[in-house]
Amino acid sequence: MANKIPRVPVREQEPKVRAANFEEVCYGYNEEEALLEASRCLNCKNPRCVAACPVNIRIPDFIHQVLEGNFAEAAAVISQDSSLPSVCGRVCPQESQCEGSCVLGVKGEPVAIGKLERFVGDWKIENADRMPAPRIERNGRKVAVIGSGPSGLACASDLARMGYEVKIFEALHKVGGVLVYGIPEFRLPKDKIVAREVEAVKRLGVEIETDVIVGRTITIDELMNEEGYEAIFIGSGAGLPRFMGIPGENLNGVLSANEFLTRTNLMKAYDEEYDTPIYVGKRVVVVGGGNVAMDAVRTAKRLGAEATIVYRRSEKELPARAEEVHHAKEEGIEFRMLTNPISIIGDERGWVTGIRCIEMELGEPDASGRRSPVEKAGSEFEIPCDVVIMALGTSPNPLLKMTTSGLETNRKGCLVADEHGATTREGIFAGGDAVTGAATVILAMGAGRKAARAIDEYLKNK
Amino acid sequence: MYTILEKRTLAENIYLMRVHAPRVARAAKPGQFVIVRIDEVGERIPLTISDYDAAEGSVTIVTQAIGASTRKLCAMEQGESLADFAGPLGHPSEFVGEDLEALRSKRFLFVAGGVGTAPVYPQVKWLKEHGVKADVIIGAKTKSMLIYTEEMSRVAENLYIATDDGSEGFKGMVTALIKELIDNRGKQYDVCVAIGPMIMMKFVTLTTREYSLPTIVSLNTLMVDGTGMCGACRVTVGGKTVFTCVDGPEFDGFEVDFDEAMRRQGMYRTQEERARAIAEERRNGHKCRVGLDK
Repeated sequence: MANKIPRVPVREQEPKVRAANFEEVCYGYNEEEALLEASRCLNCKNPRCVAACPVNIRIPDFIHQVLEGNFAEAAAVISQDSSLPSVCGRVCPQESQCEGSCVLGVKGEPVAIGKLERFVGDWKIENADRMPAPRIERNGRKVAVIGSGPSGLACASDLARMGYEVKIFEALHKVGGVLVYGIPEFRLPKDKIVAREVEAVKRLGVEIETDVIVGRTITIDELMNEEGYEAIFIGSGAGLPRFMGIPGENLNGVLSANEFLTRTNLMKAYDEEYDTPIYVGKRVVVVGGGNVAMDAVRTAKRLGAEATIVYRRSEKELPARAEEVHHAKEEGIEFRMLTNPISIIGDERGWVTGIRCIEMELGEPDASGRRSPVEKAGSEFEIPCDVVIMALGTSPNPLLKMTTSGLETNRKGCLVADEHGATTREGIFAGGDAVTGAATVILAMGAGRKAARAIDEYLKNK
Repeated sequence: MYTILEKRTLAENIYLMRVHAPRVARAAKPGQFVIVRIDEVGERIPLTISDYDAAEGSVTIVTQAIGASTRKLCAMEQGESLADFAGPLGHPSEFVGEDLEALRSKRFLFVAGGVGTAPVYPQVKWLKEHGVKADVIIGAKTKSMLIYTEEMSRVAENLYIATDDGSEGFKGMVTALIKELIDNRGKQYDVCVAIGPMIMMKFVTLTTREYSLPTIVSLNTLMVDGTGMCGACRVTVGGKTVFTCVDGPEFDGFEVDFDEAMRRQGMYRTQEERARAIAEERRNGHKCRVGLDK
């Protein structure tokens, strides 16, 4: 049963144009395109895509509803398993999840599941006002959620639907966690998508208080003993940046991807109306190969710099989403693969002038199954640049562990939690990057929802 | 929103603001800082806490108008509100967690410089409230730039003033006064705490090192979030890179690489000057045409 319709291409901003602005790269499907793409789904009896989705969204079912033109129904199917379809449709690594296991992909191109999910999510946002507000019976029991990223938002909205009085405490001045400080506007629009997802959570009755750094402004114990919260969900993410520990890393002009992206995304330094400064110089080198590295390098390009990725493995091992790598290349980003920094060089005033690297070759596979890179002796060389951005991953903030007795973390500083999200202390649950270390939006969202069920279970039996 | 309950001019370009921030006021301890954002387009500005009153729900900050954002902050008036006031951040001063008996046997010397005098006040006040005596040196360029002298005299065991031009108190730098106290006036100290401009803290540690007098400094590095996320505040202490926001802001002054810290503080200076030029252009009602906004 061959499928004759080719995958419906998605409209995008011209690479040359978009490399100089912060507007969203991808326009997404319109109704006509979505219907056509939906018609490609074979509606398999044993849908491999569902098994490959971290939260097992009933993909053929929602696509079938799209094909029938029942967009509200399609949204309802997705929302059984995911609360952030507009976001996940944009940022999930579909090629290694749902689309990567689509039968059509064996011989041709898989169904554009991500783009269809995005279409449904955006439709839901656009039409949210027309949908009746859910009638929820309140049970008067209070649950606090720490962090307003994907796991916190998902956990809070599920708990609110179950009738709990939920309050989210956010450390920053803006709600959304990594969705607002990390992922750039050109990949995930803040006003059009993130702010409206947050609005939807508030409509369920969830309260959000910003500027509260739990562990400093108030402790978990105070929340439980003085403010009457019967259970806590920790979704504080993995916010601490890593550096390489090579010489020259504290020169002026070396910064973490977190700093660079926070300045542009959260503080909107790219907009001259905003006060926060940013410095890119003429040439920027970004070290790393993940999504954050792609976000940083493409942001640098948009701010007017020549921008280069330096990554120690080969292109095949790049952990970033395939679409981001493709977009980055289209935008003129230079990729230096099998290259590892050994030191950063500066002038007599202490400002970066270049990065010294060594060529690598791939050796035996390591624990992660990827072939580990080894240095090629005598291959050192220098890339001149003004700014070096380190995108080497992040780890969880130790603040909550430090200020809460009985809360255990593992060797990597991640909170210890069981499969339902229960931590080592009664009444405290956790999920997302704070537990797994830096991972994906969909896993965090899924963990938040699981924890909501576990919290409900716990409070019912308390 | 965080209402400014009181604004006072302490010296030229130095202003005190008492801000309504009940949660911060309840949790604040000496040595900690807050992140202030003036409005929707504002930067996140780190400022060391200068006083707090849990009963009133207020936190006091003292700011010197230097950069574009501190100028903007200092232009805010009583009754107006700040968009954000987050904290308290960083570790409290080490003595807050120490055994009081042991603490009472220690002789403290605080060295305060310029606007850094304000955050010294809650530390000395805390010590006084817990029965610990502390001498304080306040240094400034000239008499009119001295701040917090009255408040400090109420909580300090002995208050010494140093001005560069001798218009008040000792004539000379705070470092010369430290030497004078120890060498000629028979003073002995077990701990020194220095808060002020980076350059002053550097020279205080060079002086106290001669007397093997352990010295704690409070660093005012660049920051964006102030919660450990960005790493803009990293500084080398004892040969190791640490984050001022979550590992500090107070460190062993003998271990801090001040030259690197001062250099890193200047990272965005040109950008700040640019921002100020644009702001001034806008105030004059025209868009910049000389490329300052490019």
